[in-house]
Amino acid sequence: MDFLLEGIRAVTWQQLVMYLVGVGLIWLAVKKEYEPSLLLPMGFGAILVNLPYSGVIDQVVQGKIPAAGIIEWLYQTGIESSEMMPILLFIGIGAMIDFGPLLSQPFYFLFGAAAQFGIFVAILIACLMGFDLKDAASIGIIGAADGPTAILVSQVLGSAYVGPIAVAAYSYMALVPIIQPFAIRLVTTKKERSIHMSYNPAGVSRTTRIAFPIVVSMIVGFISPQSVALVGFLMFGNLLRECGVLNSLSKTAQDDLANLITLLLGITISFSMKADWFVNLQTIMIMCLGLVAFVFDTIGGVLFAKLVNVILALLRKPPVNPMIGGCGISAFPMSSRVVQKLAAEEEKGNIILMQAAGTNVAGQVASVIAGGLVISIVSQYL
Amino acid sequence: MNTTVIAFEIMAKGMGGIFAAAAVIMIAIMILQKLTK
Repeated sequence: MDFLLEGIRAVTWQQLVMYLVGVGLIWLAVKKEYEPSLLLPMGFGAILVNLPYSGVIDQVVQGKIPAAGIIEWLYQTGIESSEMMPILLFIGIGAMIDFGPLLSQPFYFLFGAAAQFGIFVAILIACLMGFDLKDAASIGIIGAADGPTAILVSQVLGSAYVGPIAVAAYSYMALVPIIQPFAIRLVTTKKERSIHMSYNPAGVSRTTRIAFPIVVSMIVGFISPQSVALVGFLMFGNLLRECGVLNSLSKTAQDDLANLITLLLGITISFSMKADWFVNLQTIMIMCLGLVAFVFDTIGGVLFAKLVNVILALLRKPPVNPMIGGCGISAFPMSSRVVQKLAAEEEKGNIILMQAAGTNVAGQVASVIAGGLVISIVSQYL
Repeated sequence: MNTTVIAFEIMAKGMGGIFAAAAVIMIAIMILQKLTK
């Protein structure tokens, strides 16, 4: 009967920690509803891959018979060899996004750019903490506030920390309602948070909506060719949505494709949560740096909005509420809702939701561009 | 080269690149809006 106890005898304390991490992620998903579609599969996968001699990862049975593991195969095929899963997910995301609020006020693109600041602050601090450049850049991209981008960039750059980076990216996205109000209050006054903004959007023609994904793909492709896979597939999804003649494909991309990839992505990423890779000091450092990235994203966006207000004051034009700068991150629509809630808390009846939503979708495009730029720039130094 | 110096360079090039892309896209949309009104 000894063979029945073989598994339990082989458990290490690091694997026990990973069971707790797995249960913790499932708890966050179920009880707190924090990104449940990703955190639940990741949590369950974290338990599966850390069972001794687990059949979901490649094993050599009885010391001689090789046995393939399904999660390892999914990881190698869907992420490691082609980054297929995160890229395909972008088609679904693109099909879900209505760029209307941004197209009617294209100026908000600049806020989306400013709110990527945290990526580069985190890269800098990670370098100072001793991470090598490819790992520092991969950690910094947590600040893109975009799980698929974080997974893709860390995979392309060959980082050893794909698992912790994915966990940090998705966890902090879920914690935006806690992180952003804190960061916004750090750099704004009550008076600034109470600024009203009038909303008079220009109408957006159908031609503009259709041309937008094509133009963006081409511009970004010329500026940052490494972004083409990310931006191209995001914009492909949006073109399906806006063209008006492929409604069933657009619906499939939004629902079936996005759900299927999401379902597999979480459990596939759990392969990188094996105890010997995950339970170490670096993981804790990465979680801290992810938080730094999110905080500085928000601060960067808000400070840029305050700078814009200085220019608007010189031009004798009404100011913007600086909080909308903070939602130039990719966490849509959570970030814009958080900012609207803050505005309403400061002054009842203050509605800045549409402006915030415009900045928020700008952040979605900007974060993907940032991911491609980080790959392009960092590759020059490797 | 020192990694910290490289990180500063990446920050400058990265933020510059994102703002350049955002500005060009913004102008392109404005032109599109004018042309298709």
